[in-house]
Amino acid sequence: MLMVAVEKRLGDFTLAVKFEATAGATALFGPSGAGKSSVANLIAGLIAPDRGRIALDDTVLFDSTSRIDVPPHLRRIGYVFQEGRLFPHLTVRRNLDYGRYMNGLPRADDEMARVVDLLDIGPLLARRPGKLSGGERQRVAIGRALLMRPRLLLFDEPLASLDARRKREILPYLVRLRDDAKVPMLYVSHHAPELKRIATAVVLIEGGRVAAQGGLELLDAGATDMLA
Amino acid sequence: MLELTPDEWIAIRLSLRIALVATAVALPFGVAVAWLLARKEFWGKALLDGLVHLPLVLPPVVTGYLLLISFGRKGPIGAFLADTFGIVFSFRWTGAALACGVMGFPLLVRAIRLSLEAIDRRLEDAAATLGASRLWVFATVTLPLALPGVIAGLVLCFAKALGEFGATITFVSNIPGETQTLSAAIYTYTNVPGGDAAAGRLVVVAIAIALVALIASEWFARRAGMRFHGE
Repeated sequence: MLMVAVEKRLGDFTLAVKFEATAGATALFGPSGAGKSSVANLIAGLIAPDRGRIALDDTVLFDSTSRIDVPPHLRRIGYVFQEGRLFPHLTVRRNLDYGRYMNGLPRADDEMARVVDLLDIGPLLARRPGKLSGGERQRVAIGRALLMRPRLLLFDEPLASLDARRKREILPYLVRLRDDAKVPMLYVSHHAPELKRIATAVVLIEGGRVAAQGGLELLDAGATDMLA
Repeated sequence: MLELTPDEWIAIRLSLRIALVATAVALPFGVAVAWLLARKEFWGKALLDGLVHLPLVLPPVVTGYLLLISFGRKGPIGAFLADTFGIVFSFRWTGAALACGVMGFPLLVRAIRLSLEAIDRRLEDAAATLGASRLWVFATVTLPLALPGVIAGLVLCFAKALGEFGATITFVSNIPGETQTLSAAIYTYTNVPGGDAAAGRLVVVAIAIALVALIASEWFARRAGMRFHGE
């Protein structure tokens, strides 16, 4: 279980969020500029909260009162970014293997084969990211995050840079991932239809605050609010 | 064909050795300073930046003279290094390498710094979330992505070191077999009657070395660049 209760000042914008996420896929839903991506970066350790506490299962990742701040490389949180961020100088295979190696995990060819199969990226293994399509790139990025055996998977608008067809191409993989991988997922998006396919719980974020927390019905509420 | 005398060979070998040692020793310092200038904000950054670039804009004779009074036998740094580590620079080939390294350093730092600044920092964040400590991020992401700049810097530094004349001759003089580099040898031959032929041969050698270095760097840079664009 992920527990987040943090405050962070970003310019003249103040982020103050408190929520919990359990197994399954929790959506961080809200309009652009609500601070959703910053929440993901706070959880990953890429930016530090001004105060508060972040805990994952029985590990405290950040606690301002007891001065705990686990650096990002020790948090074991898989992060799939909007732009993929694959390493351009490494082949797809070595991109996939990067997290396993850096975490000192033993070689697991069967696990690699399973993830490659799940995401249908077998034919890409010997290639470099520069020559991949946007959809292929995102699938490799998902596989890379998965193969570090994360305790939590963060997705920050992973489909936002793709056209409708590519989105439809990737969504089934994410659903499969949610059902097979047993890793809790936190999924940042402002796109309600996408979240309806993936999310099992919703945290609605508006203006740097948690406006509501609940089930998928919030996706409709949020959508109407945003239109109003 | 080019028939070189033993003396000319000595000058060529010495030049190559001085330029290679100067470049190799400058490299780790160059990477460190370039990284500091590209990535860190600290007190005195502008001063460090200025100091590094000074040899580029000062007359080489001035740089050589400054080296002489600080790294010479009686200079504060020179005396310390000679007493504690037994490293002597004055009138030795090591001093020539130091002068060449100092003169090439700004070119080295500049090229590496530019390539470090061009790197997408978000890739380094991604590496951190995948479990890479800061040192591993640098070794597996930052440095490989900066490689074309590092190679360009090495070639510029090597070329500068090979051609360096003013600072070297001021600091360690022009002693055949010890501090007489290719450039110094050419200068000497052009000043003695009948030295034209020898000077001409060394000029041909200098052109050949420069061309080989350029072609090699072009080849390395293209290979490194190719890796980022697939296939």
